[in-house]
Amino acid sequence: MSAKKAILSGNEAIARGVWEAGVKLAAAYPGTPSTEILENVKNYSDIYSEWAPNEKVALEVGIGSSIAGARTLVTMKHVGVNVAADPLFTFSYTGVNGGLILVSADDPSMHSSQNEQDNRNYGKFAKIPVIEAADSQECKDFVAIALELSEKFDTPVLYRTTTRISHSKSIVTLGERKEQPGKVGLEKNMPKYTMLPVSAKRRHPLVEERILKLKEYAETTELNRVEMADTKIGIITNGISYQYVKEALPKASVLKLGLTYPLPENKIKEFAGKVDKLLIVEEGDPFFEEQVKVMGVKVDHGKDLFPLTGELSAAFIKAQVEGATLDLKAAVADLPGRPPAFCPGCSHRGIFTILRKLKVFVSGDIGCYTLGALPPITAMHTCVCMGASISMGHGMDKAVGKNDDYSQKVVSVIGDSTFFHSGMTSLLNCIYNKSASVAMILDNRTTGMTGGQENPGSGKTLGGEDAIAADIPALVKAFGIKNVVKINPYDLKDIEDKMRAALDSDEMTVVVVEAPCVLRYRISHPAWVVDRDKCTGCKQCLKVSCNALSLEKEGDDKFVVIDPNMCAGCGVCAQVCKFDAIGEAK
Amino acid sequence: METTNILLAGVGGQGVLLASQIFTSVAIEAELDVKQSEVHGMSQRGGSVTSHVRFGKKVYSPTIDPGEADFLIGFERLETLRNMHCLKAGGTVVYNSMRINPGTVASGAVEYPGDVPEQIAAFGEKTFLIDGLGLAEQAGNTRSSNVVMVGAVSSFLPIPETLWESKIKEILPPKLVDLNLKAFHLGRDAVK
Repeated sequence: MSAKKAILSGNEAIARGVWEAGVKLAAAYPGTPSTEILENVKNYSDIYSEWAPNEKVALEVGIGSSIAGARTLVTMKHVGVNVAADPLFTFSYTGVNGGLILVSADDPSMHSSQNEQDNRNYGKFAKIPVIEAADSQECKDFVAIALELSEKFDTPVLYRTTTRISHSKSIVTLGERKEQPGKVGLEKNMPKYTMLPVSAKRRHPLVEERILKLKEYAETTELNRVEMADTKIGIITNGISYQYVKEALPKASVLKLGLTYPLPENKIKEFAGKVDKLLIVEEGDPFFEEQVKVMGVKVDHGKDLFPLTGELSAAFIKAQVEGATLDLKAAVADLPGRPPAFCPGCSHRGIFTILRKLKVFVSGDIGCYTLGALPPITAMHTCVCMGASISMGHGMDKAVGKNDDYSQKVVSVIGDSTFFHSGMTSLLNCIYNKSASVAMILDNRTTGMTGGQENPGSGKTLGGEDAIAADIPALVKAFGIKNVVKINPYDLKDIEDKMRAALDSDEMTVVVVEAPCVLRYRISHPAWVVDRDKCTGCKQCLKVSCNALSLEKEGDDKFVVIDPNMCAGCGVCAQVCKFDAIGEAK
Repeated sequence: METTNILLAGVGGQGVLLASQIFTSVAIEAELDVKQSEVHGMSQRGGSVTSHVRFGKKVYSPTIDPGEADFLIGFERLETLRNMHCLKAGGTVVYNSMRINPGTVASGAVEYPGDVPEQIAAFGEKTFLIDGLGLAEQAGNTRSSNVVMVGAVSSFLPIPETLWESKIKEILPPKLVDLNLKAFHLGRDAVK
């Protein structure tokens, strides 16, 4: 019987790979494009898996599991590694017991991210190896190699993917599970795992020796592959760029790097010596290019042809290498855009409608509610990173000082999952340092933007078991905040009245909005209808930004219609209508 | 077999990904190499969605560059027009006449262009306009218009009809198989 094949995304293949390699524990915080790894791992009952409240916690859970001897997986998106960087850098010193891989799913072109940092740099910075696959088969197969490498060299391994690797599907030959070689159990080893200066000073030289040994390993590992062909052009490349190179320049010789830190210096010099022109094709930073140049190897082209920003493509690489102008057909210009928007029935719609009306400064955060920054709502004025809304709002409040003008007042807006992730400490700072800002916690009982994952407030674990649901108002009160106000996000008057009271107060107010996500929990009410006789076509209702509403014309007559298949019956549009033209269906 | 590039374009929630899944599983069954790529994340919020499906003897890149698609399957007319530049010269566009207002139109900021079919036709490629919603309704559920579109394009590919049918039976929940097989055949007949 032939081996079983499946078409898997890179994320599904990594999940399969860790199962086959005997991994026992997996932890993560959801983040595009990494989320589906744990969503698939949870289907393998041999692996204990969990959502942690943030990436630092996820990695620390993983470190504990590794020290206890279990093979371990930790996953996150690229910016999540910033959050987890503190434990990561010292974990580099302690090393592992059970092998550990940390998946960093990077997002060149920022399909769903706030920056496009190149996390290969973390490998060099933390002095740990970086492994990158170029398709789903490698995503699966490299996991087992990475875990062996982790154990052999006593190091965590950074397993880097990009969006096109994580979310592209290709054919994978499946294997069976092999249990891990080592035993699970706690063994005390203070010099290795207790990083006081005295022990850390002994560990650091070992880390430097480890990198030297990994450099030797890089010369022979199957992770790095030379594909000699025509020697006029030789290309050093990695990950998805390899696929584009093969598509664009099928005749070129290629050094494909799977271990992308540390680099195989001899192998690179040998390859460079065999080709007339050496090119380095990598998305993101000149990570290889700078190191190869430091080796004294002449690089004919690198970042002069391939930009630091965005993703590459086969057509672009071909044009750049051939010195041709990229002659792509242009898209039809000036078509109406179709940006994502709040779902019909979303509880965020009414909140942002009122925040815009009040003309306050909104310190935003990361989640579905970030869509409140887009037209026609445009009521979010900053967005930096997870949890920053409340602390930045506090900083603005202190800098501006007491001011009666609403445009100079700050409302910080954060979702439940982001609040658990890193908003709680920000709020603690506000009460400690006597902030007069207003914070809104939009609690929709899910991690919405990444597709509706469970979190510490949702009452369920990753595996679907019942869990204690964190009580946000009780938590906020325990911090010492007296003004904790609940509002109904579908009642615009309630929102406005309570927000005005909060803004006029000299003390901090925390507004908690408890309304489950309509998409995640499939909440829908009968559609509302427009009374065409009353509708004047004034477009006021269209400003709530609901895709169920649209303006129609018949001759000179303009009027709004509601698509009954899309409307979730929330009634927010009806509340902004001055002509009482929108009502519940009779 | 040369690589076949199929670009699927629509709006989040239209079943673009399920349609892609039917193409990829049929290609695997036909013993071809296959890659598929999409970007998720914000797709569920009513935004534009595209999915790239490529199959052939050996496929490297998972994405289709502009001007390289053999087939463009449009699940909505404006999204079809938005991706017409991806079609290669001599390619085939099969699209659903359905119209879904984007947020920018719903908010009154811009108007939905009235001449989308004319603009698509102006490209001068082989063009098939399908009443996807009508045929799906005829099949028994408006949500099956994605499978109507798969059916339409299937008739241009050298893959036996029975293979498509067996994959639809495999992928869709048992309750929905019959109506989707009907949707598939209505689409397949619509372009004959």
